[in-house]
Amino acid sequence: MNEDNVDRIDRNRRHFLTVATITTGVVGAGLATFPFLASLKPSARAQALGAPVEVAVGSLQPGEMIRVLWRGRLVFVLRRTATMLERLADGLDQLRDPDSAEVGQQPVYAVNATRSLRPEILVVEGSCTHLGCAPLEDFDLRPAENWHGGFFCPCHGSKFDLAGRVYKGVPAPTNLRVPPYRFVRDDLILIGQDTGAA
Amino acid sequence: MARIEAEVGKPQGGFMQWIDDRFPWTSTMKYHVTEYYTSKNFNFWYVFGVLAMVVLVIQLVTGIFLTMNYKPSADEAFASVEYIMRDVEWGWLIRYMHSTGASFFFIVVYLHMFRAMLYGSYKKPRELIWLIGMMIFFVLMAEAFAGYLLPWGQMSYWGAQVIISLFGAIPGIGEALVEIIRGDYSISDITLNRFFALHVIALPLALVGLVFVHIVALHEVGSNNPDGIEIKEHKGPDGIPLDGVAFHPYHTTKDLVAIIIFLIIFSFVLFFAPEMGGYFLEHANFEPANLKATPEHIAPVWYFTPFYAILRAVPDKLWGFILFGSSVLLPVFLPWLDRARVKSIRYRGWIYKSALGIFVVSFVALGWLGTQPASETYVLIARIFSVIYFAFFLLMPYYTTVDKTKPVPDRVV
Repeated sequence: MNEDNVDRIDRNRRHFLTVATITTGVVGAGLATFPFLASLKPSARAQALGAPVEVAVGSLQPGEMIRVLWRGRLVFVLRRTATMLERLADGLDQLRDPDSAEVGQQPVYAVNATRSLRPEILVVEGSCTHLGCAPLEDFDLRPAENWHGGFFCPCHGSKFDLAGRVYKGVPAPTNLRVPPYRFVRDDLILIGQDTGAA
Repeated sequence: MARIEAEVGKPQGGFMQWIDDRFPWTSTMKYHVTEYYTSKNFNFWYVFGVLAMVVLVIQLVTGIFLTMNYKPSADEAFASVEYIMRDVEWGWLIRYMHSTGASFFFIVVYLHMFRAMLYGSYKKPRELIWLIGMMIFFVLMAEAFAGYLLPWGQMSYWGAQVIISLFGAIPGIGEALVEIIRGDYSISDITLNRFFALHVIALPLALVGLVFVHIVALHEVGSNNPDGIEIKEHKGPDGIPLDGVAFHPYHTTKDLVAIIIFLIIFSFVLFFAPEMGGYFLEHANFEPANLKATPEHIAPVWYFTPFYAILRAVPDKLWGFILFGSSVLLPVFLPWLDRARVKSIRYRGWIYKSALGIFVVSFVALGWLGTQPASETYVLIARIFSVIYFAFFLLMPYYTTVDKTKPVPDRVV
């Protein structure tokens, strides 16, 4: 390049073109990442497989609990006995969120003393709100250990009562989540959907 | 590189000349092998870099062969691993080489990192080598984590559940992030499939690339040595460091001995204790994943347990995540936390020597605690060691400044 050419370079034009090219390239590259990131979200099939599941609770005996899977997540369905329900009022001061004030951990219809649609039937996700282990049921009352019965997570020692409410001083920050559900009939619940007749 | 090419000398003709006119073979070999000068006082701590590369090759080769028989689907994964173990000829050997290799990778890498801490290899001018090395370590952790899900056993499933849930602790975006990692509402076939993609393509590619860059950066500044003396500061008239010896044949011969000893130990574990009493292959993983029940005792594989013990020592979800993350990240900052004027532990004072000793004890203790059930006593001990772990890094700018160092000689004696 001789000196004549150097003099004739329009530096403003060159600068504009450089910046414009870089900007277009960066924006294009940014937009191109969208399909890749979006492909990581649950696919249509995963969403379809996440459809509601029906659970027959008619034969569930008082004090009996069953484990079902909804969207691959473990859900506990427990028919509580009258004494279990009485115990829910005990030791509320040891619970972190006794009134289920934390929004998002249960549908509005489960914001009550039993955290359920019908007092005796408890429906909670069996996934510890700490790091997702499945808590173990331990329904015995042991006053010596200050244990009113409930769920115990073997991974990191989180404790929950018979309504899935978390105790203070454990790693789990919130109560066990109540999934959306409704009673189709007296002996049949639908987990994963709560619209329509309740 | 051009500088070296000028020294290559007159064209010799023949086949090698034909190659060299088209590809910098001879000059590259000289620059990186036959005329790469390292200090003559290397000790056994200097074999772990080469050993890490040996393990990397073992993992790549056995991994390719495992892929030929493994099925990345929730329905078939567990059975396909059993199929490899029982029906594929020599499949058990290839699979055990891969699982044993994973643990040995971490043993070798932890010792390699400890060497850098002993002799201040991360200090100026080798900060970038350390940073690239830490990136290799992080990719290796991700690689090991993704690989552990693939057999779809009980520990695969619930270990992944715990670690992925960790990200749910991030305020605001946590839950959405977890869903994007899993690609589903729970860990499922979809998660397994994408972890397979990460484990066999994305992460190994990154690993190989980073190892290449790690070595390029190392050969640019030159290797450190147990005395922490820069040998390039004293060169002979021929431009060769006076205290240097060529990588080949001197170090290659020494490395060959190390590789043989390493392979003997590796083979012993491979043939006589591939499960290593549940530390290399956890017993709960011999059961297929059961989505309805967490194993009674859940612990990651041994190489993650020091950090896991820190996580468990914190009785709060968000702070647990923050401290767990910081414990993994803190070593990145070593080049700037360490204010000592000398590199090698040989010329440091008693304060750093004690601090490093206590750090090693706390790291090993945390590692052991992480494998144990979280009883109250153990959690309390884990808290004490966690404090020591963090203190080692966070107080380093102070104690390395006040620590009395000895004068470093000019030359390697």
